[in-house]
Amino acid sequence: MAQVTYIEAINQAMTEEMERDQRVFVLGEDVGKRGGVFRATDGLYDKFGKERVIDAPLAESAITGVGIGAAMYGMHPIAEIQFADFILPAVNQIISEAAKMRYRSNGDWSCPITVRAPFGGGIHGALYHSQSIESVFANQPGLKIVIPSNPKDAKGLLKSAIRDEDPVLFFEHKKAYRLLKEELPEEEVLTPIGKANQVLQGDDITVITYGLMVHYAKEAAKELSEEKGVSVNLIDLRTVYPLDQESIIEAANHTGKVLLITEDNKEGSIIGEVSAIIAEHCLFELDAPIKRLAGPDVPSMPYASTLEKAFMVNQDKIKDAMLELALF
Amino acid sequence: MMNKHEKLGLSDDDVLEMYRLILTARRVDERMWLLNRAGKIPFVVSCQGQEVQQVAASFALNRDRDYSAPYYRDVGVVLAMGMTVKELMLQAFAKAEDPNSGGRQMPGHFGHKRLRMLSGSSPVTTQVPHAVGVALATRLSNDPAVSFVTLGEGSSNQGDFHEGCNFAAVHKLPVIVMVENNQYAISVGLGDQVACEKISDRAKGYGMYGETVDGNDPFDVYRAVKEAHDRAKNQEGPSLIEAVSYRLTPHSSDDDDSSYRSQEEVEKAKENDGLIHFRNYLKEQNILTDEVEEEIETKLKEEIDEATDYADQAPYASEDTLYDHVYQTKGVN
Repeated sequence: MAQVTYIEAINQAMTEEMERDQRVFVLGEDVGKRGGVFRATDGLYDKFGKERVIDAPLAESAITGVGIGAAMYGMHPIAEIQFADFILPAVNQIISEAAKMRYRSNGDWSCPITVRAPFGGGIHGALYHSQSIESVFANQPGLKIVIPSNPKDAKGLLKSAIRDEDPVLFFEHKKAYRLLKEELPEEEVLTPIGKANQVLQGDDITVITYGLMVHYAKEAAKELSEEKGVSVNLIDLRTVYPLDQESIIEAANHTGKVLLITEDNKEGSIIGEVSAIIAEHCLFELDAPIKRLAGPDVPSMPYASTLEKAFMVNQDKIKDAMLELALF
Repeated sequence: MMNKHEKLGLSDDDVLEMYRLILTARRVDERMWLLNRAGKIPFVVSCQGQEVQQVAASFALNRDRDYSAPYYRDVGVVLAMGMTVKELMLQAFAKAEDPNSGGRQMPGHFGHKRLRMLSGSSPVTTQVPHAVGVALATRLSNDPAVSFVTLGEGSSNQGDFHEGCNFAAVHKLPVIVMVENNQYAISVGLGDQVACEKISDRAKGYGMYGETVDGNDPFDVYRAVKEAHDRAKNQEGPSLIEAVSYRLTPHSSDDDDSSYRSQEEVEKAKENDGLIHFRNYLKEQNILTDEVEEEIETKLKEEIDEATDYADQAPYASEDTLYDHVYQTKGVN
């Protein structure tokens, strides 16, 4: 069976959902003839036509707001924001409108839109093509935020997001697009939103993370297991808002030692909330202080290789943090 | 010789019904101010001075099929699209039975799915892209409906106005954007909001049709919106209609307009009140006889009295509904 990359999995998810449901369409910058600047929508324009794969004018609030209007009508639009860094002009539409639509209309209206955006660094994207932007949206009830860490989940979670009757922000890691590949099952892949995934079972330390960091944590855990015999319990959050509290609590209690990892700036990030959940529920099961590994609190990721490398959390930094916690 | 309304294809009954709705909007609004000043409802944001354009524009739509995205002053629009006086009072009193939001939103934040009326929020102009999205969806669904959206002139400075109009024009979507220019964005007058002569001048920049009409003249408004509706149906793209009138009340029940405009200016504007002109026209045409007028006013008073009592007595949402409708299902999936 052929290996499918992370971005091919995303393309497959959109293709299958557009074939299955006439209400699904794509709009965004360069998504049509060009097939997306990363090629996520490659082939869709030829297959489904310009009416359903819409090259929108360069205006993020309209891409999102027009999508919201279409979703209110009953469509299931996929709005692509070219880089997550450029989603900020659409924040009013996402937070004031999409997130609150069902609530403010007392359940009369709903907004089944999926907003896709490539995020994350390590690709020489500099300040405005590298950001992790999820924490901006991660205190907005009504929204769901999904970040897949592998091709199978990228496909399964995107299909679930498109079918969801509520707005979903779907952040795709740019570096994962072509780095990660795997065989996908023949049968339909549908991954539930709101459920974390146990990637590795282990008894010494628990690592909770999401996105590209899952891949690095997995590789680091393998090395550590071989070299030092440390057994890592690795949890992939998959949905970073609202969080799967049950899985987080269970995993923290299981080892009593927890390392939380994000590529985002540390303060105010997703893992701060994960940490609070563990502090609230697991205090007497903990054998070490909750440990956090995150990007530095500087405005964004610089362009120069030295600075980018210094910013990015990588496999080595994760391995060191894991070992330190294991030895605590 | 045909009179003004017959020339537009409107019957005597049509114009009388238009007048009745315009008057309903005015009388409901007046009652809400009384209720506010009596301490019965916390807030009013008013339609007074704009009812004529609101009802006339709505009458030019297909009210059984088209979508509307009204803004917070549109009591006339929502009445014409089918909202009842009782429903308006329920939203003023923030009661559970309010179809707009079940008392969750402030008054004037309209929305009614059965009436194809999009739910609105407080940050202004977000509804323009929504109306464009509805028009895009109607095209994808082969639905002949037209999308009608309103906003104030101050709101035409927002990015969402620009982004929405541009998108609609590029894709030639069946959208009618009506700017209700009432001369004031809270306290800031038109001259400090825009430097263009007319708001409709902005249409040219988007490559869409633009026209300014007298918002106090129901026939001018009706004609312009009807023509915009025809263009929309004929796949000729969106239209920007600017209806000019005057905000006769302060911005809201919390505003004091004497701090930024003179009483003389307001009194002068009242002489131009479209409601009075329309009434005079209907009297001259002998459509609104003294007898008919008395009947309308009496029935209206009864309807508003009943609606007020009903809404006043109706229950608030119970506390245990606080968590309802965050997501489709409780928890995630």
